[in-house]
Amino acid sequence: MTGVAIAFWVLAAVAVLCSLLVITSRNPVASVLYLVVTFFCLAGLFVTLHSHFLAAVQVIVYAGAIMVLFLFVVMLLNLGTPQWFDVATTPLKAVALMLGIGFVGALAAAGVGDFEPSATGPAAGVDPDVLGSTEAIATALYSAYYLPFLVTALLLLVAMVGAVVLARRER
Amino acid sequence: MSEIGVGHYLTLSAILFTIGAIGVLTRKNAIIVFMAIEIMLNAANLAFVTFAMSIGDLGGLVMVLFVIAVAAAEAAVGLAIIVAMYRHRETVNVEAFTAMRG
Repeated sequence: MTGVAIAFWVLAAVAVLCSLLVITSRNPVASVLYLVVTFFCLAGLFVTLHSHFLAAVQVIVYAGAIMVLFLFVVMLLNLGTPQWFDVATTPLKAVALMLGIGFVGALAAAGVGDFEPSATGPAAGVDPDVLGSTEAIATALYSAYYLPFLVTALLLLVAMVGAVVLARRER
Repeated sequence: MSEIGVGHYLTLSAILFTIGAIGVLTRKNAIIVFMAIEIMLNAANLAFVTFAMSIGDLGGLVMVLFVIAVAAAEAAVGLAIIVAMYRHRETVNVEAFTAMRG
């Protein structure tokens, strides 16, 4: 096995295990910490796909900013202990599990595991390390995608104002 | 087995997405429901990056940046709503929030 293959299997196994622990753990703080591990694994998987810039963004924004926000709210609301209500009834659990297995089974039946798309994109055949570089993404972001980029800035402003308004104590 | 292809990444993405969906359906703690949604968004990101790299199109990589930005906005607003609801009801049980049930 090559180094990339070993990295993929290790990261994939840890990501699946930790995301399972996120949704099964009774303690919200443990869930947040397992989620951080999952995000680090996904960043590693981005590296195996030669997308170094997105791996860095994943670690900085997701594992850094968003998870701190989650942890902050868990601590703020004093939810560090298991909550008595936090168990789904068994029928709902069974339905969810069946839906999940059905979804993965349907995708497997559709042949996702053997899927090999043809490289027909505008940058087909470009060295993947160049394609995933900061320079290539920045060039695309500030030329072809500049309008969505500006709208994203507006979205973040609106979200910030909305969060402040919602979380403010009413007088 | 030793060669890692597009299918491996897509299968992993599908599994992670399913785990997130099961989490949304089975948990009643609003914060853990939110975390399960983040897992689903990340699974979609993994599929985006896989396709972008395999067909050679930067659009997928740029889209991941937008997904991350939207996820940040969603987490900020969603957690603010949870804080406001907790102040109102003293719980984060999603089944206690029935004010808008038809």
